[in-house]
Amino acid sequence: MTRRLAIRAAIATFALGMLACGPARAADSVDPAADKAAFQKFFTSKFPKLKLEDFVNGPYSMNEDLHKQWEEKEQFPPYEFSLEAGKEMFTTPFKNGKTYADCFPNKGIGIRQNYPYFDEKEGKVVTLELALNRCREANGEAPFSYVKDDMAALTAYMAFTSRGKPMDIQIPNDPRALQAYQKGKEYFYTRRGQLNFSCATCHIQSPGERIRAEVLAPALGILNAMPIYRSEWSGMGTTSRRFTTCNSQIRGVPLNPQDDEYRNLEYYLSYVSNGLPISGPGARP
Amino acid sequence: MSGAIRAIFAASALLLATASTALAASEADYKAAYAAAEAANKEAGALRNQWTTTASTLSAAKKAGDAGDFDTAVAQAKEAEALAKASIFQATSEKERWKDMEVR
Repeated sequence: MTRRLAIRAAIATFALGMLACGPARAADSVDPAADKAAFQKFFTSKFPKLKLEDFVNGPYSMNEDLHKQWEEKEQFPPYEFSLEAGKEMFTTPFKNGKTYADCFPNKGIGIRQNYPYFDEKEGKVVTLELALNRCREANGEAPFSYVKDDMAALTAYMAFTSRGKPMDIQIPNDPRALQAYQKGKEYFYTRRGQLNFSCATCHIQSPGERIRAEVLAPALGILNAMPIYRSEWSGMGTTSRRFTTCNSQIRGVPLNPQDDEYRNLEYYLSYVSNGLPISGPGARP
Repeated sequence: MSGAIRAIFAASALLLATASTALAASEADYKAAYAAAEAANKEAGALRNQWTTTASTLSAAKKAGDAGDFDTAVAQAKEAEALAKASIFQATSEKERWKDMEVR
């Protein structure tokens, strides 16, 4: 009798344990493919009239008047000077005679959609901006500032050669890659700064709404248009500039460009926009 | 009687003296308050979650301290410490709370 009771108690404890562990494991498991599907479904349900590929146009996809302005703007795009400068920089040899093309697959043409990638050797995410500066340093050149001007021009040119190609970020079967992805997701949803905003507060909860005079862009496809010319900045800005500016706008001290957090964030945000076309360089109000 | 009056005067003088010390902050008060605020902000930095307002309030405290205005300096340092502690609370609570906002 006592034995039977003990067995019953053990079975009950096991069942309880399974019940307790089940939901926790489900919430904590890392499933990028399921995340991407849910993420894209969220936006297509929220904006049912919008085609998936239109999300890459940011605020211009959210507002008819702005869309008209954008179409007119694209006749003489404000990023054109930067694009031309980037092309020239990209093809001009370094002092040692090599060029950027020597550092990248397919000579750096039409590869933007594959960045950032997870470098299994380094065990970290490598962004296009980081790869460009590493290329410069490997060839005896000083690195560029990550936030504007030269870096924006170079990435503008590289994005232009990938225009229309679907974002294609790979997550290799490596627990470190999954961890980097998960950390990026965590950063995206974590509230920070005195204003207690996360990236999601603006770009998930409120795309299409106004924050002061600005129309907020949807998170889906937000990096496909990078780098961008922003009228507010009166110039070009890179993904690094976008991230650091967002942090300071919510009264958070920005991290250093290309710190692990930002690299992981870019990895996450780019992955969930897989399949949407590269539209960079872009222009924003 | 005169003894009692003297005692009252003495007590009043003592009260006034301690009251004025409590109102006017000293350099030591400022340094202690500033160090506490700086330590809290450093902790927020380790959590990768410093606020710009903490930094600017700390700067204001230092500016007032350097100018010898220790009352303002202490008030600003205490404000900076409160901001830093709020940022620590935010970073700690968000370790789990971020999941509430996740699109699933």
